[in-house]
Amino acid sequence: MTPSAKPRVAEAYNEEVVRKFTLATVFWGVVAFAAGLFIALQLAFPELNLGLPWTSFGRLRPVHTSAAIFAFGGNALFATSLFVVQRTCRAPLFGGPALADFVFWGYQLFIVLAASGYVLGISEGREYAEPEWYVDLWLTLVWVVYLAIFLGTIIKRREPHIYVANWFYLAFIVTVAVLHIGNNLSLPVSVFGAKSYSLFAGVQDAMLQWWYGHNAVGFFLTAGFLGIMYYFVPKRAERPVYSYRLSIIHFWSLIFLYIWAGPHHLHYTALPDWAQTLGMTFSVMLWMPSWGGMINGVMTLSGAWDRLRTDPVLRFLVTSVGFYGMSTFEGPVMSIRAVNSLSHYTDWTIGHVHSGALGWVAFVSFGAVYHLVPVLWRRTGLYSDRLVEVHFWTATIGIVLYITAMWISGIMQGLMWRAYDELGFLQYAFIESVEAMHPYYVIRAAGGFLFLIGSLVMVYNLWKTIRGEVSAGAPAARKFAAVR
Amino acid sequence: MLRIHEKLEKNSILLTIGILVTIAIGGIVEVVPLFTIDETIEKVDGVRPYSPLELAGRNIYIREGCYTCHSQQIRPFRDEVERYGHYSLAAESMYDHPFQWGSKRTGPDLARVGGKYANDWHAAHMIDPRSVVPGSVMPAYPFLAERLIEAEEMPEHLRTLRMLGVPYSDEQIEAASVDLFAQTDPEADSTALLERYPRAVVADFDGDRRLTELDALIAYLQVLGTMVDFTSYRPEAVSPQPAASMTAAAQ
Repeated sequence: MTPSAKPRVAEAYNEEVVRKFTLATVFWGVVAFAAGLFIALQLAFPELNLGLPWTSFGRLRPVHTSAAIFAFGGNALFATSLFVVQRTCRAPLFGGPALADFVFWGYQLFIVLAASGYVLGISEGREYAEPEWYVDLWLTLVWVVYLAIFLGTIIKRREPHIYVANWFYLAFIVTVAVLHIGNNLSLPVSVFGAKSYSLFAGVQDAMLQWWYGHNAVGFFLTAGFLGIMYYFVPKRAERPVYSYRLSIIHFWSLIFLYIWAGPHHLHYTALPDWAQTLGMTFSVMLWMPSWGGMINGVMTLSGAWDRLRTDPVLRFLVTSVGFYGMSTFEGPVMSIRAVNSLSHYTDWTIGHVHSGALGWVAFVSFGAVYHLVPVLWRRTGLYSDRLVEVHFWTATIGIVLYITAMWISGIMQGLMWRAYDELGFLQYAFIESVEAMHPYYVIRAAGGFLFLIGSLVMVYNLWKTIRGEVSAGAPAARKFAAVR
Repeated sequence: MLRIHEKLEKNSILLTIGILVTIAIGGIVEVVPLFTIDETIEKVDGVRPYSPLELAGRNIYIREGCYTCHSQQIRPFRDEVERYGHYSLAAESMYDHPFQWGSKRTGPDLARVGGKYANDWHAAHMIDPRSVVPGSVMPAYPFLAERLIEAEEMPEHLRTLRMLGVPYSDEQIEAASVDLFAQTDPEADSTALLERYPRAVVADFDGDRRLTELDALIAYLQVLGTMVDFTSYRPEAVSPQPAASMTAAAQ
C-alpha cells in the first residue's frame, strides 16, 4: 500500500482516543523522567530517600521503570498503533468508541494501580513485572480488548495488504500477552489480600523472568516502536520504505531470534550452561536483523537527506534509529560471556538500557508525537520548530552525559571488583567501589535533568500548538497541513 | 519468497498464527528442559524451606525492592568467591518464590551474607546505614523497627507455598505463628523450632522485645547462603546417583 493513500471516510476514524493516548504519552513521559531524575539523585545523595517507606529507592525505582516502559512507552504505542492501523487499513477502529475508551481508561487505571502499589509496598519482586496479581489480571483484560480492537480493525480493512508497521504492532501485542501471562503465573495468599507467590521458584523462575524481561525489551520496546518507525519515518520523509524485502526478513528474523536472548541476563549464574550458551548465541545473531531494521529505517531517507536540516521532527526520528543501531550493537557485545563477566551487575547495563530507552524509544516517540499533534488537532503545524530543535539538542546532550557517565562508572565498578593487589589480595573493599561512583552519579543526574527539561519544552510547544498558536518565527507556509 | 509472504500479508489470522508459532519456539526450547532435566538442580544437603520468620523477612525484602540494588547470585570467579563465598547453586534458591537473584550490584551481593555480620550490626545498619558504613548510599529503614509482624496470617503463607511445591509439613503450618515468636526469643525453649528448621538463628535480632519487621528481615539475611552443607558437596556430583551415594557416605 502507499502510506499516503487518502482515506475515503476520514471522519469515521476514531481520532479522539488517539488524542487521549497522545496526551497521556506526554504526561507519563514527564512523570517517568522526573521519577528517574529523583532516584538518580538518591543514588548520589542518599539523604533524599528521606527515611520514609514511600520515598525509598527500592520502591521508587519500579515507579520509574514502569512509568517509562509501560506508562510513557505504552501510551505512545497505543496512540500510534491505533492511529496507524486506521489509516493503513482505511477502516475505523473495530468495536467503536466505547471499546477504545475502555482500553484508554483501563490502561490508565492499570498504571495508577501498579504505581500506587509500589509506593505502598505491594510488589511481586520481579523486575519490570512488579505489579501484583490483581493488577496483572486487570491488565490481561485490557490487553485482550486491545488485541481485539487492533486485529478486528485489520480484519475489516479496505486495503488488500496489511502494512508492515501493523505486522510489528501485531507481533508486539500478541507476544506481550504471552509474556505477561507466562511470567505472572502466581498464587495469591488470599483473594482479599495483595500478596501472591510466583508459581515457579529459583532457576526455572529466573529463566521465565528473563524470557519475559528481555522480550519486554524485544517486543514492547523494540517491535512496537519499529511499528512507529515503519510508519512515521516514511511519512515524515515522504519517501517509501527503503526495501520491502528487507522488511520481511527484518520482521521474521527479529521476532524469531529475540525470544531466545533472555538467558544472557543470567550468565555465570546457576542457570545451566546450555541455556546460557543458547542465549548468548542468539543474542549475537540478533545483531543482524536489528541492523537490517536500522538500515531500512535510515535508508528510507535516500533522496531526502536535506530534510534533516529543515525538519527537526524528522531529525528526532532518524536520530532515534541511529541510537537503535548503537544499542543493538552494544547489546550483543554485552551478551558475550567474557564481556558480560565484566559488565553484569554494573552501571554499564543501566547505561545500555538508557541509550535504548532515551535514544531510541523516547526519541522515536517524540518524533511521532510532534508529527501527530498538529494532525490530530487540525493545526497547520507546530507552534515552534525552533523549540523542537531546543528539545532535540537538550535531550541529546542529556543522553550523551548519561550514557558516558554510566560507561565509565560501570567499567570502573567491574574492574574494581576484580582488581588484585601485588600480594594477591582483593584490592578494593566493596564500599570503595560505591564511593568511586559518586561523581558519575552526579553527571548522570545532570544528564537526566537535561532530558527532563527538554521534555518540558515539548510540553510547552505542544500546549501552544493545541491552542492553535503559531510563534512569530515560524515559517508561514506549513509543509504538513492538517488531515493527512 | 515474496509470493509466499503475500498470503500472510493478506490474511490477518494466518499472520497472527505465524507470529505465535515463531515466538513459541525459542521459549519452549529454553524453558521446558529446565523442568525435565534432573541435573538442573544439584542434589545437596541442608536446603530447607524458610522458617516463618525468615519468610516474613523475605517478603519485606521483596516489598522494599532490595533486589533493585543487591544481587543474590555469586558467579564462579576467583574475585567473587573470595569476596562473597562459594558460588551460588541452583539448589539454594529452589524454594524461592519468586527468585531474587537480582541484576544489579549498587550494593554488594547478599547470597551468602548470613552469619557475616552480627545482629546488632544489621539493626544499626538498617536504621541508619551511614552510622556503620560512612560511604553507603543505601536508604535508611528506621520504620522497620517500629512495624510489627502480623503473626496470624503466617499459616496461610506456608499453606500457599506448599501448594506451589515447597515441602512444608502440617506441623510446620500449624506452628507457623508460634514459630515466629519462638525464633526471636532466645530465652525460650527452641528445640521444636530447630527440629522443624535446622540451624535457624534464634535471637532477639533488633534488641526490641516486640516482634518487628526488623527482626524478620535480619533473620532472613542471617540465613542467606548458610543452608547448604558444603562439607558434603562435590561440584562434579551433580547427577542423582553419585549425589545419593555421597549423602550415604556422609551419613
